Amino acid sequence: MTNRSILATASLAVAALSIASLMIGAGDLSPVSLATGGLTAEDLRLLFVSRFPRTFATLLAGAGLAVAGLIMQMLSSNRFVEPSTIGVSESAALGMLTVTLLAPGLPIFAKMLVAALFGLAGAALFMAIIHRLRLRSGLLVPLIGLILSGIIGAFVNFLAYRFDLMQSLGSWLTGDFSMVLAGRYELLWLALGLTALAILAADRFTLAGLGRDVAVGLGVPYGVTVAIGLVIVSLVSAVTIVSVGVIPFVGLVVPNIVSMLAGDNGRQTIPYVLLGGAALVLACDILGRVIRMPYEIPVGTTMGVLGAVVFLTLLFRRRPAHG
Amino acid sequence: MIETNALSKRYGDTVVVDGVTLSLPAAEVTAIIGPNGAGKSTFLSMIARLLSIDTGTAHVCGMDVAKAPSDALALKLAVLRQDNQIVARLTVRDLVGFGRFPHSRGRLTGEDRAMVEEAIGFLGLQDFAERYLDELSGGQRQRAFVAMVLAQDTQTILLDEPLNNLDIRHAVAMMRLVRRAADELGKTIVVVLHDINFAAAYADRIVAMKNGRVAVEGRVEDVVTETIIGEIFGIEASIRQVDDQIVCLFRR
Ligand SMILES: Nc1ncnc2c1ncn2[C@@H]1O[C@H](COP(=O)(O)OP(=O)(O)OP(=O)(O)O)[C@@H](O)[C@H]1O
Ligand SMILES: [Mg+2]
Repeated sequence: MTNRSILATASLAVAALSIASLMIGAGDLSPVSLATGGLTAEDLRLLFVSRFPRTFATLLAGAGLAVAGLIMQMLSSNRFVEPSTIGVSESAALGMLTVTLLAPGLPIFAKMLVAALFGLAGAALFMAIIHRLRLRSGLLVPLIGLILSGIIGAFVNFLAYRFDLMQSLGSWLTGDFSMVLAGRYELLWLALGLTALAILAADRFTLAGLGRDVAVGLGVPYGVTVAIGLVIVSLVSAVTIVSVGVIPFVGLVVPNIVSMLAGDNGRQTIPYVLLGGAALVLACDILGRVIRMPYEIPVGTTMGVLGAVVFLTLLFRRRPAHG
Repeated sequence: MIETNALSKRYGDTVVVDGVTLSLPAAEVTAIIGPNGAGKSTFLSMIARLLSIDTGTAHVCGMDVAKAPSDALALKLAVLRQDNQIVARLTVRDLVGFGRFPHSRGRLTGEDRAMVEEAIGFLGLQDFAERYLDELSGGQRQRAFVAMVLAQDTQTILLDEPLNNLDIRHAVAMMRLVRRAADELGKTIVVVLHDINFAAAYADRIVAMKNGRVAVEGRVEDVVTETIIGEIFGIEASIRQVDDQIVCLFRR
């Protein structure tokens, strides 16, 4: 398939899922009334207050997290890492916890920035460790990430327990779109800008993924590129945590599948990753809504189960020497 | 033209490149030879600004490599490193295309594409252009990296052991290509070689390094002698003239 036909097919799939997402839920909306315009005022209210926001939030979070995962993999030259497995999500949650304790009155945007700063520190710590140990490929890199995220996660849990914030922590660490309403998810539009930035810098990230020496040899400022990448990754993590909570595995599964099918030239593959992430998270959210109607299973859970299975399969199929 | 002045690098207490002062003229092929650990790769990496310089200076095409902007230098200097471990799945054509990055910033023009195809052709990779790097043999992959360096189309080219993994036919083709680039296009080429016969056959000038220093430097016939080779590598070698070429034989 050509680049264009792949993009068209993926866009169609995302559009179809989006329409399904608009229909499905506690209140009834039939495709017929949507198509013929036979919508009551109540229907419209439902659409604009709940269904559109939820669908947009899902698309934005999915696309953003998948691209963030890809960038993290390029920067560490390792396929088996993503923000939620190397301590970036936990660090961002620590940031939210800290700002909730010390400055609860701050506007949500400022809180998100604090979370992003903490996430950035976590990402930089991870990069410093693998750089120090001269690690690139192999399974030691994701293991170190898991250890790091375990340590930070334990500390966050301890703090939340001490200060009676376990419930808030739960909402940050478990992705859930059921609370998304107009006025409560708009920060996620930042993820769109950040993925656009990633597309602009795609060549540089690909070159950084080939290693520092290759990048420098071609005149790409390696340190600046890594810094920009880490800022994108931590901002995406922070906005998703603040708005909907951690959604695991998207950043791992989607880039790996795309890499197997279409390689690692970011200029070509970032758009695939973006669409794939949106489609996967949307599908998981819809699944969570229909499995136990009228109850909902949070997307963090459906994604956790589905993602873990897919990821294990990938892990066995891909030779670690290349990852 | 490459000039280094008292170039040094140390790791802890060990000096691995020790005050190397060299002047390598333009449009010539210089071969660097020397035992493992002599400091050849370290020396090359410092000239290519991949490693920081501890003391001394290096100039390429009149630019101080420690001070010149990296992207400006990438238009004048291309480097092939000794080991190229790449985990990314890129096709040969994509990889070679990245060699044009200093010129095109990623937006390949028709001219860029023509140069990419030319470089792929020079290295005999036409049949592999759409293959992923992890689907190539070691020698094919090595040629893909050299093609990327050629596509960068710079006045100065540094090649650290380009013959790694190559069979004899491709090794000869590679060295002929190097020779042509110097003779026909006036490129300045520095190439690290372990095979003294290849160095003797194709280089204009040989720099022999040992323990971080330049032991001997000069024309092929002045460097490839029984005493000098014996001293540098600590082995007995017989040097003969066959037709018009100097060859080096190693005793059983
Ligand atoms: N990061 C490092 N830390 C400590 N010592 C190093 C480091 N890198 C290289 N060295 C040492 O510097 C010396 C020179 O290494 P270099 O790679 O330049 O040798 P070389 O001449 O290219 O050898 P070879 O023929 O094996 O490629 C070696 O003794 C090596 O052990
Ligand atoms: Mg070497």
